[in-house]
Amino acid sequence: MIDRTWIGHQIGRSTLVIERGRLRFFAKAIGETNPIYVDETAAAAAGYTDLPAPPTFVFAAELDSNTMFALFDQLGVPLGKVLHGEQGFEYFAPVVAGDTVTVTSRVKDIYDKRGGALEFVETESTAVNQRGETVAQMRGVTVVRN
Amino acid sequence: MAAPSFNTVQVGDSLPDLVLPPVDRTMLALFAGASGDHNPAHIDIDVARASGMPDVFAQGMLGMAWLGRLLTDWAPQSQLRKFDVRFAGITHLGNAISCTGQVVEKLEHNGEPCVRVEISSANQFGQVKIVGAALIALP
Repeated sequence: MIDRTWIGHQIGRSTLVIERGRLRFFAKAIGETNPIYVDETAAAAAGYTDLPAPPTFVFAAELDSNTMFALFDQLGVPLGKVLHGEQGFEYFAPVVAGDTVTVTSRVKDIYDKRGGALEFVETESTAVNQRGETVAQMRGVTVVRN
Repeated sequence: MAAPSFNTVQVGDSLPDLVLPPVDRTMLALFAGASGDHNPAHIDIDVARASGMPDVFAQGMLGMAWLGRLLTDWAPQSQLRKFDVRFAGITHLGNAISCTGQVVEKLEHNGEPCVRVEISSANQFGQVKIVGAALIALP
């Protein structure tokens, strides 16, 4: 069982510079063909100052910096036992290429079901851009199969 | 298709389906690199088997990104306010995912006219993989 004193733990800060090349790679990986996600001219015509990051892209910040996987290491949970249970985003402002997004996260809750056979680690994160504007809030639940 | 507006959209309206090709290993490798999810269970069959899985399987966030495409194909991303999902089943190699959505409510959120859209994805056998909801502002 995961030590419940981890509830409230500040996971740390992850900074991700949003690059055009990375956004084009992400678009390719998800089969996105809408030109606003790959072509600056089309993005500008749609009212964006540069290529917009697709809705789930900002999730990459914590993965790139390895803070999320490092958390499970700290909790003593092997990655092979985890599955993504839930994920949520609330959006407040667009994220575009050229932005620098900093994500701060904490462990919101840890609980179990089926007598501990499944444990759930809930995290919440806030993403802020280089102007100090909150661009998104994220909530995630990771399932640990014990 | 014209972008939806609050007055013309009705509860019960369906979003145009998004139909994906079957999941293959290349897709998972590309998404691992692009998304930053380097969990080897999605790209290395030896690691997947060591953790009790028959083979590599799709990243949950790949499925969520596809649902994101369903939404932004329908209304501009700048109008997306909330996007929440629950992962209901593992997406395996060979699964051909279809994403669907339906308007379930018209409401006001923070002073903006919005619609709540229920979304889900399922494979070619009808097995549900992701369920969720989105809140989208409409002009």
